[in-house]
Amino acid sequence: MSLKKPAKDQPENFEFNSSSLEEAKTIIAKYPEGKQQSAVMALLYIAQRQNDNWIPLAAMKYIAKFLDMPYIKVYEVATFYSMYNLSPVGKYFIQVCTTTPCMIRGANKLVEACKEKISENESELSKDKTCSWMEVECLGACVNAPMMQINDNYYEDLDKEKTLKILESLLNGETPKPGSYRGRINNEPENNRKTLLDLKNA
Amino acid sequence: MLKDQDRIFKNLYNDLGSDITSSQKRGDWVNTKELTNKGRDWIINEIKNSQLRGRGGAGFPTGLKWSFAPKEIGSRPHYLVINADESEPGTCKDRDLLRFEPHKLIEGCLIASFAVQAHVCYIYIRGEYFIEGQKLQAAIDEAYNKNLIGKNAAGTGWDLDIYIHYGAGAYICGEETALLESIEGKKGQPRLKPPFPALIGLYGCPTIINNVETIAVVPTILRKGSKWFSSLGREKNTGTKIFCISGNVNNPCNVEEEMNISLKELIEVHAGGVIGGWDNLQAVIPGGSSMPLIPKEKCETLTMDFDSLMAEKSGLGTAGVVVINKDQDIIKCMARIARFYKHESCGQCTPCREGTGWMWRMLERMSKGEATRDEVDMLGDVTDQIAGHTICAFGEGSSWPVQGLLRHFKKEIKERNKFDPIVKENKNIPYLVDQHLLDKNA
Repeated sequence: MSLKKPAKDQPENFEFNSSSLEEAKTIIAKYPEGKQQSAVMALLYIAQRQNDNWIPLAAMKYIAKFLDMPYIKVYEVATFYSMYNLSPVGKYFIQVCTTTPCMIRGANKLVEACKEKISENESELSKDKTCSWMEVECLGACVNAPMMQINDNYYEDLDKEKTLKILESLLNGETPKPGSYRGRINNEPENNRKTLLDLKNA
Repeated sequence: MLKDQDRIFKNLYNDLGSDITSSQKRGDWVNTKELTNKGRDWIINEIKNSQLRGRGGAGFPTGLKWSFAPKEIGSRPHYLVINADESEPGTCKDRDLLRFEPHKLIEGCLIASFAVQAHVCYIYIRGEYFIEGQKLQAAIDEAYNKNLIGKNAAGTGWDLDIYIHYGAGAYICGEETALLESIEGKKGQPRLKPPFPALIGLYGCPTIINNVETIAVVPTILRKGSKWFSSLGREKNTGTKIFCISGNVNNPCNVEEEMNISLKELIEVHAGGVIGGWDNLQAVIPGGSSMPLIPKEKCETLTMDFDSLMAEKSGLGTAGVVVINKDQDIIKCMARIARFYKHESCGQCTPCREGTGWMWRMLERMSKGEATRDEVDMLGDVTDQIAGHTICAFGEGSSWPVQGLLRHFKKEIKERNKFDPIVKENKNIPYLVDQHLLDKNA
């Protein structure tokens, strides 16, 4: 269960812009008539994208009206799921996986790197206000451990040094290349592949 | 080792490309129409004969599940829902299927939809897999363009629409009824069963829910025949399975192997061995974090399938093998898993909502040696009060790993936590109160 609290400073109003509106309409069309409530999760994502990666209460009220459902139901959904940010986060939002498979391969070093480069505490903006980081539960890339997610991209096979480099380039305003940082291809066993070799060499 | 020609997922490492042309070269979509022309009953019977068991963790026979769908469409439409909410720690197989074998999944969706008479299929992908979801969406668009899905999909005469629904970071939505709640736009809190989703599921309509891997192997089984599939592995544990080997191994990887393969072969051959050598192995979690761990002594001879792991009081689960070597503190590892479950409990049932926190706090103290001797047994008591007392299987999933730790590593815990209870005089201690907190008030 997510324990996030809505931000103290809330904007007065929120409205979808034209591209969000269009996207929202195509999403509602995916669900049967009268079941437009199903689109609430996707619409919250759209609001989050439009509003610098966080959802103000005004957006929840707007979505409730948009889908013709009670505001409290939107609020319930927004607070239940952990991927909705209810208070501002950095433009680069870094999530470090620290669950057991990552932990035993040294995820705490990645956390150290984040503390050094970004901020002492989780969910705190960096000095230049562009980055924030937090520890999260399993991100489902366990064979690429330790790893972290920056916005939508996965950065895999990391260690402290590589993490520091990635964070450095983020702070310089660049977007580092996602994927494995040990140079391996997807999830194959590095230098030890025993299967489907014909296809690899083809 | 499984022969390459028997592997279902030839593009597991993306050597060939995941687009439709290369997928068709690998044999996807070749004769879908011929397969569906043989009829619903033939498809369900083939799947039953292949003895395919669900790959999402519970291992329920897939053919049997499909046969629960009503034979005729009544007043309510049928739905097929694909569970791609892969969040079990140690598991990352579905991610590769979504990225690299999307057409196997989409074709499987068509065949399964035909078999259970669904015209709409929802694929529920965890929100973190946004990039993977986009790749799948691209593949769905390709399939629409080639008329492989949509009206008269692939010439089968069956209409099918496939939609992606993104989750938003809730582990519990991997539970099938919580997943349905989530698609309906509510909090992901599991429903009571019965009624089972096959009769009353999504929007109150008959719904069949399957894991990504289960559906993705279906077209290949029908093409190569149920005999071929059931010739792999052993009775009731047939076919191939993608194993994810993570943790303290030299080459962590995903690999497709035959069911009933020995654990030692999996680790030594495919994953390049345990870091520090086989003797440095401490324990293995065989099937994702909710399965009890297995100590080294038993790992020598262990084979990986549903029934043989059940005999060891563990389970195959999602086949996410987490290897833990002797450099790690096993109590800390389990305390971290307990923290995961504390974080992910949906809060609906009291034993789980409160108990997962208790287990985590007790294990944290035990890992630091701050627990009393009595608490070791008390922890076992707590796990017993969670498992079986909740609406969904999360209660079992959260308490089994702790029970596994207590079963095999009780000695280690007791050695670290040997002092006697702090509070001795006050005999009226409410049952299961954290004793270290009482001490401060005394």
